[in-house]
Amino acid sequence: MTASSAALQPVIVGAGPAGVRAAQALVAHRLRPVVIDEASRAGGQIYRRPPASLAQRSARALYGFEAGRADAVHAAFDALREHIDYRPDSLVWNAQGGRLDVLHGPTRSTANVPYGQLIVATGATDRVLPVPGWTLPGVYTLGGAQVALKFQGCAIGERVVFMGTGPLLYLVAYQYAKAGAKVIAVLDTARLADQLAAAPAMLRQPAVFAKGVYYVAWLRAHGVALHSGVRPMRVLGDAQESRVAGVAWHDGREERTLACDAVGVGYALRSETQLADLLGCRFEFAPLHRAHLPVRDAAGRSSVRGVYLAGDGAGIMGADAAEWAGERAALALLTDHGVAVDAARAEALERKLHKLGGFREGLERAFPLPSDWAAHAPDELVVCRCENVTAGTLRQTVAVNGADEMNRLKALSRVGMGRCQGRMCGAAAAEILAHATGLPLQQVGRLRGQAPIKPIPIHLAAAPSTGGAGE
Amino acid sequence: MTGRKTLRTDVAIVGGGIVGASAALALRQMGIGVVLLERDLCGSRSSGVNYGGVRRQGRPINQLPLAQRAHRIWGRLRETIGADGEYLRSGHFKIARSEADMASLERYRAQSRDFDLGLELISDARLRERCPWLGTRAIGGSLCAEDGQANPRLVSPAFALAAQRAGAQIFERHKVDEVAHDGQAFMLRSGNALEVHAPALLNCAGAWSGPIASEFGEAVPLRSSHPVMAVTEPVPHFMDWSLGVEGGGIYCRQVARGNLVLGGGRGIALDADRARADRDAIATLAAQAVELLPTLRHAHFIRTWSGTEGNLPDHQPVLGPSRTTPGLFHGFGFSGAGFQIGPAAGEVLAELVRDGRSSTPIESFSIERFFAEEEAPTITPTSP
Repeated sequence: MTASSAALQPVIVGAGPAGVRAAQALVAHRLRPVVIDEASRAGGQIYRRPPASLAQRSARALYGFEAGRADAVHAAFDALREHIDYRPDSLVWNAQGGRLDVLHGPTRSTANVPYGQLIVATGATDRVLPVPGWTLPGVYTLGGAQVALKFQGCAIGERVVFMGTGPLLYLVAYQYAKAGAKVIAVLDTARLADQLAAAPAMLRQPAVFAKGVYYVAWLRAHGVALHSGVRPMRVLGDAQESRVAGVAWHDGREERTLACDAVGVGYALRSETQLADLLGCRFEFAPLHRAHLPVRDAAGRSSVRGVYLAGDGAGIMGADAAEWAGERAALALLTDHGVAVDAARAEALERKLHKLGGFREGLERAFPLPSDWAAHAPDELVVCRCENVTAGTLRQTVAVNGADEMNRLKALSRVGMGRCQGRMCGAAAAEILAHATGLPLQQVGRLRGQAPIKPIPIHLAAAPSTGGAGE
Repeated sequence: MTGRKTLRTDVAIVGGGIVGASAALALRQMGIGVVLLERDLCGSRSSGVNYGGVRRQGRPINQLPLAQRAHRIWGRLRETIGADGEYLRSGHFKIARSEADMASLERYRAQSRDFDLGLELISDARLRERCPWLGTRAIGGSLCAEDGQANPRLVSPAFALAAQRAGAQIFERHKVDEVAHDGQAFMLRSGNALEVHAPALLNCAGAWSGPIASEFGEAVPLRSSHPVMAVTEPVPHFMDWSLGVEGGGIYCRQVARGNLVLGGGRGIALDADRARADRDAIATLAAQAVELLPTLRHAHFIRTWSGTEGNLPDHQPVLGPSRTTPGLFHGFGFSGAGFQIGPAAGEVLAELVRDGRSSTPIESFSIERFFAEEEAPTITPTSP
């Protein structure tokens, strides 16, 4: 071990594909990183594992085509267990002065974890564009629907409609149908023409492209109605408005309805960036992601010395890219501290990531965020469900108070002020604000992150923090 | 670059916080022309991110005339700014945690007797009966039933909007880069965008007022400070009063939605413009909150924040004419207690512009107090 590597104190936040590969690279260079993860088992969202207490289904059943990758990531992590300081069930809720504030769920205790170097691999959640009726019980995000299947081993309903756009739409529909749920329909806001136009770019990842084609073909072969170019109108409730009873959408000519008992909705993913924000990372608008994201160089260095960004938390690139970016960021961390690394490997990872960028652009072209969503969102549509803020209130705030920036909109309307702190409603509110002001999305800014990243019980916030192990 | 706009007006105001904005409104109501320059957004700094206490109780006695004047403005807030700003005369209860605190509250009641605050001391059995939710550390307190709370996020920007509707020209995101006085009028320049000429200038730039005062030979020991604020998730409504603690430390109120808004302690500056809550301050605030209101034990903090306030060593504002430059009036340094008196300070500034004097006593807020050792200034401010 070199003198400098002995002094290194790396912490990785997130144990998805990026975090696991980052940890692996650090351990390979004889470091012992702290790995903090909100979940109880490593794997992240995409390779989420069911609780150890439940009957274990096979990787094939859980992850389909991704079983091999999931197995590999899990195996890599399991092999690391003895060589890392692993903190599962742990929420990083604040960062300040080279220390993370961590809430450990099961013991209801807080700890202070110091770091010298930090790899932020916080992943993503669904990007939500609400539709009237979306607050009815029975409406889930696509990611939520997938978590139900992978983690709890249950479906969100028996007769399910999936609505929105993005590759996850077809993947989740396929997984549900395979698991025995009746998938009534897949309603995609993207048009077939979008997909055709994007095909050349998507062929940069022929295997991934082929999987997408396969899901679509499989669903069609199994009698699932696939509609593209739709405009979701509303989720219909039952007579008591107590649960989902159907969906209404527009097919370009007329409004149509379908009966179902659950709806999965999503428009691809959005990055979890609050930790990077609290760490002081510089953000810039990323047109590809239609979001302000923490900037990083090709190796994953953020604008803050000692802070590295990897995986979907810094921009949605998918699980494969997350693995490469996690490893690349770890190599950058090592290099920055004088530890010799395999430069060719680092270069190869960067090449792969760069190449994937082209594919990612293709995906955006194939499954664009519906540009007319804000124009069609009715005034009574609840955008922020924590605070019950409607699209009409947001527009009113623009018209009457002249709000033209996200934090101003938040201050005046309460959008994003609830428990989710804008994680769920922020993207939609920004679309409404941009549309109402006529400003480009980039210019309306982003909600500034504030601690706690997720709600924390007061008596735990008050508790004297215990030092992290390894101190 | 061409295209710089030049405006001539009666009064230029730097700062769109509650003081600058209410001065702009008051001036327009007097028919006086106003241009206001705000470096960011009106009411987005300490005026808009503070706790929201609208309280006279506990203020230094010399502030009470101003606070009483403000109390009347708050009483007609809706007519004044066209919004209720969630203002409630819910009562402000200052808690005593010892007999000494109780004695201090009694002394304050005696000292403030001339101002008719209607303070009511409550202790022992009556305390438990009136507020069963109070933790056992509280042994009593003093209630000012007519004090209350408001939502600063809404109130402060609304003053600016009202001023604008009344004809003030308001330029947000216009930082003042240069201030000068040619013996006749002030010139303010904001980048290449705007130049304002006016015979009168109001320095209401909050924590950023120091450089303007210095420009006119009035450097004062203004320091930035950063209060820590936190809010819980909504919990069932149990408390109407806004709470403070004798001797300071924590303050707390419950809004109509059920969230508890809490403040106390100091945050940290991120840069010249921004601040955030400090870890240890959050822990202290949380511990005090649970002690004060045990029912909060299982509630969650959902957000913390901070802001930037201008503080002076004696915690009193500078409010009044410049000692060096005719036509310049200061209104800054409210030291974390400017929200309630802000609207009155604005009216006072407008009176000073129009009449050269204020109908509310403000001598003790004179900038003179920082120059007591020096020679008398060249221009004596008009005194009432």
